[in-house]
Amino acid sequence: MTTFDTTERTLLQPEGGFLGKVSAALPFRRQAEAKSWSHRLKGAQIGLVLAWFMIAIAILWAVFPELFTSHSGTVGVAGTQLRAPSAAHWLGTDALGRDVFARIIYGAVNSLSGAFVSVTVGLLFGTALGLIAGSVRGMIGDVIMRIVDVLLSIPNLLLSLTIIILLGFGTINAAIAVGITSVASFARLARSEVVRVRNSDYVEAAFGSGGTFGRVLLRHILPNSLTSVIALAALQFGSAILAISTLGFLGYGAPPPTPEWGLLIAEGRNYIARAWWLTAVPGFVVILVVLSANRISQSFGKVRT
Amino acid sequence: MTLAPDLAAPPARALDTPVLEIDNLVLAYKDDEAFHPVVHGVSFQVRPGEVVALVGESGSGKTTTAQAVIGLLAENGRLESGAIRLNGTDISTWSRRQLDAIRGSKISLIPQDPTSSLNPVKTIGDQVGEILKIHGRGDKKAIEARVIELLARVGLSRPELRARQYPHELSGGMRQRVLIAIAIALEPALIIADEPTSALDVTVQKRILDLIDDLRREFGTAVLLVTHDLGVAADRSNHLVVLQGGRIQEQGPTAQVLAAPRSPYTRKLLTDAPSLTKAQRPSKGKSTSAASDEYSIVVEDLVQDFSLGSGREKFRAVDGVSFKVRKGSTHAIVGESGSGKTTTARSVVAFQKPTSGRILVDGIDVTTLHGESLRQFRKKIQLVYQNPFGSLDPLQSVFQIIEEPLLNFGQIARKDRARKVHDILGRVGLPQSVLTRKPRALSGGQRQRVAIARALVLDPQVLVLDEAVSALDVTVQAQILNLLDELQQVLGLTYLFISHDLAVVRQISDTVSVLRNGRLVDSGTVEDVFLRPGSEYTRELIEAIPGTKTLSHA
Repeated sequence: MTTFDTTERTLLQPEGGFLGKVSAALPFRRQAEAKSWSHRLKGAQIGLVLAWFMIAIAILWAVFPELFTSHSGTVGVAGTQLRAPSAAHWLGTDALGRDVFARIIYGAVNSLSGAFVSVTVGLLFGTALGLIAGSVRGMIGDVIMRIVDVLLSIPNLLLSLTIIILLGFGTINAAIAVGITSVASFARLARSEVVRVRNSDYVEAAFGSGGTFGRVLLRHILPNSLTSVIALAALQFGSAILAISTLGFLGYGAPPPTPEWGLLIAEGRNYIARAWWLTAVPGFVVILVVLSANRISQSFGKVRT
Repeated sequence: MTLAPDLAAPPARALDTPVLEIDNLVLAYKDDEAFHPVVHGVSFQVRPGEVVALVGESGSGKTTTAQAVIGLLAENGRLESGAIRLNGTDISTWSRRQLDAIRGSKISLIPQDPTSSLNPVKTIGDQVGEILKIHGRGDKKAIEARVIELLARVGLSRPELRARQYPHELSGGMRQRVLIAIAIALEPALIIADEPTSALDVTVQKRILDLIDDLRREFGTAVLLVTHDLGVAADRSNHLVVLQGGRIQEQGPTAQVLAAPRSPYTRKLLTDAPSLTKAQRPSKGKSTSAASDEYSIVVEDLVQDFSLGSGREKFRAVDGVSFKVRKGSTHAIVGESGSGKTTTARSVVAFQKPTSGRILVDGIDVTTLHGESLRQFRKKIQLVYQNPFGSLDPLQSVFQIIEEPLLNFGQIARKDRARKVHDILGRVGLPQSVLTRKPRALSGGQRQRVAIARALVLDPQVLVLDEAVSALDVTVQAQILNLLDELQQVLGLTYLFISHDLAVVRQISDTVSVLRNGRLVDSGTVEDVFLRPGSEYTRELIEAIPGTKTLSHA
């Protein structure tokens, strides 16, 4: 009903000088922000806590794999091929007698560092391009954005395969390739944010008080555009793990016997009828980490003021 | 003091049962864990055909109360106790479904903001027809005919055409008329008008309020008018309810409350309301005499074109405007939206190059400046924006905001900068404790003070105030105006004051220019322009100031 659309908005209307007396009425956001962490974690935030927990564990796996398992991630034990999950091998063993759980743990470092590299590549190049395109008006901005459009028009997988073939196989190269495919979306988002911030009164006021272009860019435009870009980075972290795993699965990533999550899924595929856990468990771990990254990225989006 | 006859005698129809009776209403909002009451035991009545004005500043609970009546409290709001009786029936405990039946038919709402209250992808006709459809009033054809009738009734020209148009094709005033058409479609007993004209120009505001008045008289509808503008309330209501902090400060017949306010808060509101203040500030005389013969701003034959889209078409926003401002005085530029007043201001502070004409600020021709000379020129003149919520970087602390202009010019030692910031903060009347806060932790008035402090920190000679007090509550507005007055006398500042609010202009300015469609239609000293307006348009603007009706009777 068109007639009743005002409810929500009027509640958020700016308050004047009588702030103190009505603090309960209006500034919910403000009050929520003042609450301590313990309060904020209550209620609907359990999912977010679990997400951080999952990411923390994955990071610990990557940094201290030996704390989580006594088995080796690369060397198999003869005579223990394709065992089902048991007390000795929690998630069973693969065709070469390697402990699957150990391989997942040792694989974390490859997958996570790959994702990290690719997000960094995308974030740095994408944001830089977007920042330039958004703040320098005219030809330069247009040219950058048309190049970005071209990048966007190529299917991601195709683009990353092409780049890998140019760079050579390997975890880091795969990561860079995935990173380059995300440059376009970072650039577009950064540009739209920069344009929004650039048109705001405080940026004009900064120029009006004698600010030079570079100074205003660094002091106001960049910090205020970054919030949603950071949220995209967290989201991109999840999809990068997925994309790197895809490349690993296709054989363009880390060469065997490196324990990389995508490669694990690919290797287990041959035994899916006899030993389903070989593909299912690494797949499940990838899903969990990606979901966690998405959840965290969502929470970044909400904090935005 | 007498009231206009039509206000004094609401239609004699069942005067004994009030249309709406609010009885000891307590409303609360929930934050993270507990409910906090924000409306504490409010009681009032609205009789048939009567206009009751709910007056108060932001946060006084006036909108919350109005929302509760129509069952539209936000999700975290709750009715704690009390009754809302519509024609004698308590509806406070009704379910959503029950309320749906009376919304629109018994009570309807005219929302505040006409731009966001209409669905942009549906035609006007569809949106007006929707309410008739929901309440099952006739078939498609009958509804169509009724829609045209309603649009004609609210004074829209060519209603058949309007019904086929989309909201973006209509002006703000026309959209508000459409919303009124929706509100009166089912001839409800009560219309809640939540700041119905706050987003509109004064002359449009007057026409819309006249329309609501006419319709009220015709249908005998009662109106609950929620407004922050005492002038509007004084002109248009029979009964006045003054709210502060969720409590009723005072209520009674409008004329009586205005003539002899009992509560100190009402008295304060009355003295702060620029439209109800009869005399100019006495202090104004002093600054006039202090003004020297030198001109601080000289604008000659200013023309500003904007290109429309990519084509060659040009839009002339400012067309041959000239004025001079004496050093140390206040010059106001008034006009309605689209009159070119903000464009003029932005040319003066050199945010855009004029198409032609000359602008001298302190003897410097602004139009010839660029690059470094332009940057140095910024020290002389500063702009204060209308919206203190948008003009401060949300990520910076107050200290960083005020310090920034100093960083832009020369190497000033860190200690000197800090001292300067502290000085200026004291000058604008803010405590030192706000320095570490972010803008969002400040109220609107405090933010505007920060914005003024930032503008003053470079010791400029000219301050351009673009609707600088328009977004503030009356009492805060009065404080800021006092502050500006004080600063002018101490620092000898020259103000260029852009405003649509003639009441404020009358209070603060020495000279004034009236713009219409980019042209200068009137100019001179404030007394000259206000007492002997030189054009029909100026006269219309002055007459549209709310509150004048009461004054003329006073």
